[in-house]
Amino acid sequence: MTIIDKTADVPASRGSTDGGGPLLDVRDLHVEFKTRDGVVKAVNGVNYSVSAGETLAVLGESGSGKSVTAQAIMGILDMPPGRIPQGEILFRGQDMLTMGYEERRKIRGQKIAMIFQDALSSLNPVLSVGYQLGEMFRVHQGLSKKDAKAKAVELMDRVRIPAAKERVDDYPHQFSGGMRQRIMIAMALALEPDLIIADEPTTALDVTVQAQVMDLLAELQREYNMGLILITHDLGVVADVADKIAVMYAGRIVETAPVHELYKRPAHPYTRGLLDSIPRLDQKGQELYAIKGLPPNLLKIPSGCAFNPRCPKAQDVCRTDVPALLSVTERDGGELPGRRSACHFWKEQIHG
Amino acid sequence: MAELKKNDEAAVDATPNVTAVETVDAVSTEESVAAIEAPVERGEPILQVRNLVKHFPLTQGILFKKQVGAVKAVDGISFDLYQGETLGIVGESGCGKSTVAKLLMTLEKATAGEVFYKGQDITKLSGRALKAVRRNIQMVFQDPYTSLNPRMTVGDIIGEPYDIHPEVAPKGDRRRKVQELLDVVGLNPEYINRYPHQFSGGQRQRIGIARGLALQPEIIICDEPVSALDVSVQAQVINLMEKLQDEFNLSYLFIAHDLSIVRHISDRVGVMYLGKMAEIGTDVQIYDHPTHPYTQALLSAVPVPDPDAREGRERIILTGDVPSPANPPSGCRFRTRCWKAQDKCAEEVPLLAVPERFTSSDTPAAHESACHFAEEKDVVHAA
Repeated sequence: MTIIDKTADVPASRGSTDGGGPLLDVRDLHVEFKTRDGVVKAVNGVNYSVSAGETLAVLGESGSGKSVTAQAIMGILDMPPGRIPQGEILFRGQDMLTMGYEERRKIRGQKIAMIFQDALSSLNPVLSVGYQLGEMFRVHQGLSKKDAKAKAVELMDRVRIPAAKERVDDYPHQFSGGMRQRIMIAMALALEPDLIIADEPTTALDVTVQAQVMDLLAELQREYNMGLILITHDLGVVADVADKIAVMYAGRIVETAPVHELYKRPAHPYTRGLLDSIPRLDQKGQELYAIKGLPPNLLKIPSGCAFNPRCPKAQDVCRTDVPALLSVTERDGGELPGRRSACHFWKEQIHG
Repeated sequence: MAELKKNDEAAVDATPNVTAVETVDAVSTEESVAAIEAPVERGEPILQVRNLVKHFPLTQGILFKKQVGAVKAVDGISFDLYQGETLGIVGESGCGKSTVAKLLMTLEKATAGEVFYKGQDITKLSGRALKAVRRNIQMVFQDPYTSLNPRMTVGDIIGEPYDIHPEVAPKGDRRRKVQELLDVVGLNPEYINRYPHQFSGGQRQRIGIARGLALQPEIIICDEPVSALDVSVQAQVINLMEKLQDEFNLSYLFIAHDLSIVRHISDRVGVMYLGKMAEIGTDVQIYDHPTHPYTQALLSAVPVPDPDAREGRERIILTGDVPSPANPPSGCRFRTRCWKAQDKCAEEVPLLAVPERFTSSDTPAAHESACHFAEEKDVVHAA
């Protein structure tokens, strides 16, 4: 039992350590899937970047394309039916989409690793966790079975699994949900990657365990100065750990902002709606604000701004013109670094 | 039951000071049914749970099954549900929330204890009287994808309860009734012939709610009704449930693990841990003045959607996992993870009662809490 004061957790200013340039830069990425019913446009021009030591939270509802973007970065999209018609994914300035298979494989796991949502279905049930953790070392570093197992024990200690030595030969079903997620984190950390993509890492966990896992992740990130892309739909988790946020809707980024700014003054009606529709723990409100309607069908995304059928402020221009993701400024034209919004009426939204 | 008692100490009556239940001495089925159909005033208890226990036996052997223990899913809980109110039940997975729901629905048979619905113990009812009770207690399930039969149309799904209780809607009238229900939950009445796969998650949950409303029940038990839904859709469904409560004068038992949503919808909240009630009180008492360490830890772990709060807030991070309900710790069940635990906690089971130090005063901290060392601590609001 430890009581942790959050003030101790606030990291000092972090920045890119190795000579400028973001670690990962996604530029105008498009992903589509061919289905019998037509082409599903899952991602329609996503731009974001992460630097070392930075946490980017990608926020969005199911079907907004946040996980597909992550899979495209990892190169684990099923192709076909998936297809990347357009875009670049630059890792340290190199476009991963034009790389060869072997080159890509060297990055995956060693440089960029991923933590999946559902630890039980992501781990192989018929192999011991020690074997699965050791696989990283055997494949990428060519270690012997014995050395790899020793490394696996070390990793399990690292993510604070009690009695790691005795438990290394246990199978995934013998661990609790929180412990399994720790094993997933250990696996992602194994080769000390520069970037970790965590796809809803705590969604399946209870709040008390979620707090443990998020704390562990933040601590390890600080220690290794890793970049972290956190994919989630939980506005609470985002507020706790993110440095900057990208909000996705129907395969596009509708708003990016540093974390404090976004919660204080959202510059897109969708973000505003999301923030208003969550009940608060520390105050009892009246009726919840609800965004009317449903997320769009990706087979036929509405013309113009994809959010226009659900938007309380939609006007004619919203139904015809797709709003570009443009920089947001103060009322007097002063710059707001990192803030962008894809809304025709961002001025009205942010400045009231 | 008899074998259980051998290797277990008798279930402790953990709640000594709940009000006595006014039972109805119904001798015949007719009298039971009449009592069940009598109306209850607003603010009167409609459902009273007393020392409810559910143990699932653990057996060994294939042919000659031998009981080797029991999973104590629910181990002596008591609470009242008042007419027209929402009682929220929160707790981590495995604490017995859903088993309570099943026991109240009489989908599981209680190992011991009583559930009084309008003074009738429903754990002992059968036949016509039980059927009448079941009509009045309905359920909305968690997963709208698996709780609707994919081969039935929406009309059949919502209308199915009428096959069992034809007195609610005569045969010729059913289609109209179903369309009315669809309208009530905000779906187009023309969708009556569609199949579940043609709807989104939020719409499916509305269908589940319409099915729950079909028999005009008095109590709806909601087991995680919104946890499978997206944030923007969640708010729609919560608002709908609040509207329906006012319209039909329903009482909700709202089971969820999302503490923010429970606060929003509930009048009173009970916190469960490992089959026992740790703390129960009004939403202000529980959220702003928690006295049980488990409630405090649970509340402090909830991420607040306000980045400015992350620096000021104290977080209590519990170590370890919930112990196995097959072999719960002696004394207070929370002691293995509690930072206040002392020898007394291992020896004595704390009773769910208003802590002595608060009984004379009129503070919001004076609510039932099962802790030997209960003290108030506000963990939700930033310092």
